[in-house]
Amino acid sequence: MDIQPILAALRKHKIPAMLIVLEIALACAVLCNAVFMIGQRIGEINLPNAIDEQGISDIRVMGTDPKLASDDVPRNLAALRQIPGVTAAAVINTMPLTNNGWNSNVAVKPQEVMDKDSPNVATYLFTSGGEQALGLQLLRGRFFTGEEFADSKLGDSYIPTAHVTLVTQSLADRLWPGQDALGKQVWVGKDYHFTVVGVVANVLRPNQNGEGLAAFHWSMVLPLSPGPGGFLNDYIVRSAPQDRERVIDAAKQKLTGLSPNAVIKGISFTDVRDKFFANTRSMVWMLVLVCVVMLAVTAFGIVGLTSFWVGQRRRQIGIRRAVGATRSHIMQYFQTENFLLSSAGVAIGMVLAFGINLYLMQHYQLDRMPWYYLPASAIGLWVLGQLAVLGPALRAANVPPVVATRGA
Amino acid sequence: MFGYYMDLALRSFKRNRVLTALMVLALGLGIGASITTLTVLKLLSGDPLPQKSARLFTAEIDPLPAQGYVPGQSKPPWGNLMPYTDAMNLLQAHRAERQAAMALTQAKVTPARTGEHPFFSDAVMTTADFFAMFDAPFEYGGGWNAQNDDDRARVAVIAGFLNDKLFGGKNSVGQVIRINDHDYRVVGVLKDWSPQPRFYAVDLGGRSYGNGDAVFLPLRSARADGMDPQNVSCWQTADIQHLETSPCVFVSLWVELKNASDAAGYKTFLSNYVQQQISLGRFHRPEVVFADLMKFLALEQVVPDDARLQTNLAFGFLLICIVNTVGLLLAKCLRRSREIGVRRALGATRGAVFAQFMVESGMVGIAGGVLGLIFAELGLWAIRHQPAQYAHLARLDVSMFIATFVIALVASLVAGILPAWRACVVAPAPQLKSV
Repeated sequence: MDIQPILAALRKHKIPAMLIVLEIALACAVLCNAVFMIGQRIGEINLPNAIDEQGISDIRVMGTDPKLASDDVPRNLAALRQIPGVTAAAVINTMPLTNNGWNSNVAVKPQEVMDKDSPNVATYLFTSGGEQALGLQLLRGRFFTGEEFADSKLGDSYIPTAHVTLVTQSLADRLWPGQDALGKQVWVGKDYHFTVVGVVANVLRPNQNGEGLAAFHWSMVLPLSPGPGGFLNDYIVRSAPQDRERVIDAAKQKLTGLSPNAVIKGISFTDVRDKFFANTRSMVWMLVLVCVVMLAVTAFGIVGLTSFWVGQRRRQIGIRRAVGATRSHIMQYFQTENFLLSSAGVAIGMVLAFGINLYLMQHYQLDRMPWYYLPASAIGLWVLGQLAVLGPALRAANVPPVVATRGA
Repeated sequence: MFGYYMDLALRSFKRNRVLTALMVLALGLGIGASITTLTVLKLLSGDPLPQKSARLFTAEIDPLPAQGYVPGQSKPPWGNLMPYTDAMNLLQAHRAERQAAMALTQAKVTPARTGEHPFFSDAVMTTADFFAMFDAPFEYGGGWNAQNDDDRARVAVIAGFLNDKLFGGKNSVGQVIRINDHDYRVVGVLKDWSPQPRFYAVDLGGRSYGNGDAVFLPLRSARADGMDPQNVSCWQTADIQHLETSPCVFVSLWVELKNASDAAGYKTFLSNYVQQQISLGRFHRPEVVFADLMKFLALEQVVPDDARLQTNLAFGFLLICIVNTVGLLLAKCLRRSREIGVRRALGATRGAVFAQFMVESGMVGIAGGVLGLIFAELGLWAIRHQPAQYAHLARLDVSMFIATFVIALVASLVAGILPAWRACVVAPAPQLKSV
């Protein structure tokens, strides 16, 4: 198709043509960034978490006398393990994604712990059987032995007297890039250090600590035996997914019977996860809604302006038809015209999108947009433009040649 | 003339119903999205205590050791959290009109009626000046005094909603409330009080928005009864039984000054205090921050990024809607070249034609505004059903109601300028010839 006459005709309608180009450019710029943000958030919602998310329930027991914990905890665990369907139970200081953070700065040398860029790490402390209750996946090394659990007490500190630790794969990669973490020392403060005995698949921390998504997997696990103190509140109970609700009810009932004065709450881990990402999920829906409505508005704008053009050029179309143009020629004319306008629009739009991304990177915690978002939205808008122009173009193709012979 | 233009505009709308509906719909969607996100942003970035926020200040100090310290590149690491010792030293210096130290906790409340289960409530552990300093309004009774703080008296101020729950809304001053398995005497009941943002909770490990706290207790009494602060950070091995003397931060300090201009004086006092602690060997880093309430909220970036991103996105969308309206208005007006030609030939000036088209786009704007209002109410209704802490507070107020129409009118008039200008420069003669 010869584009020369199309360009000549567009020159006669500079302002409407520029408006279409501008609208497509703006839509392209907003679409790129919105889709990028949607992608990032979906990535966040789907972050892997190598525990048995489907089978775990969290029973939180609060408001008991901390002095009695050394007796209460084994008694409660024994009661929980008796519930039919419970395959494992343990007690832990905090659970992933519960916003109940227990964080420490760590380093590979004692003098580096106070450095500004020493990684901040979530610490999980669980009692014997915690690895089965959570369903941790061991990648290298081993889990804790019975003695290691028995040796580790909290006392009056936030850090137990353990000597061994498990680290997640991400934390191992951060602390010892390219090396084997097994046998290495992790320092927590300048007084405590732990030997890595095992590396586990990535477990999420209780809350995101503002250091980007990579840090969301920096967790370490220490063994602990029950002792006085009010920190062991979360009972992990593992069962088959279909038994979960029944197990939670039974656990609440049993523990309420044992400590009538306590406040006991039970929640399945899938609900914990849903709750944690609820805001992110609603942001995704809001972004999707805006994108859809924005594309609809853009499409209707194209339909409106092109229809007007078609109406204005009925006589010219009639003349072209009379001198031998087929219907498909007329169709192609409007489709090519739209393609040219869309191309100009997406070219400007991609530059704009890149600029907006730079601005957002400076003012918000947003990463650089990967390049393929640009051509992807460009193709999207091309398709949208072609769909929008289809109706008006068909109407144009249906203009009968006889129009040419009638007076204006 | 104005009435005549409105009549002309209505006739023109009737002639192009679909096109007009499309314009109004697009504008309404853009305005609805903008007003919805703007209402949320306004709610989140509001001033919690407008009558005195300029006179309320909080202090940030840096208790970290010398190790890893880079002069000039360091700032207090935990916001306005500070060690207990320093909060008490500053409190007891009485250098401000009013001052209070505070930390959050979860208080276990056991109802007196048998058969009712205990429950946890959001609680503030603080000192006597808290209520007067933050203008917390009392329904019954009042706060406690400094003597109660020193004596570790078991007294409590409770929120109205907790009073409703425990005492059926009656005056409960003098009654006993069981908190963390100890008996506290109610000295005051607050009226509905929930400043948004919950500025005093920002660094203390609490929510930044949402419902107010249920229980207020003297800091020392609550700590003595084993209530743990919600947010504790330690930079060295800590003894969790004695947080007050451990190298940990868990309280914040707020002060009320007589005039905002006294701030420089207090900041000097604060710096001198830190210098004195440095010479005593307790501290190693001289940086301090002394910020008023709104500056503190800005420093702590309380407004979630998502809320600001949504607002940017909505205005981007509004811009697209405006460009769309320009295009459609232009299409409509170019189609009416003949009508314009006739009007001009019959003596209408260019200004008159311009005015006629501006009135027409203004009417599109007003219609878009009404539709936008409906969309905004729908949007806010949807937000109220979201899980966010502030969700239930998202409501359209008078100023946003007015803003809707201002935005609608400005948007439509801006959109109308180009088409109206094109209309008024139409040369009458060629148009008339072809009639």
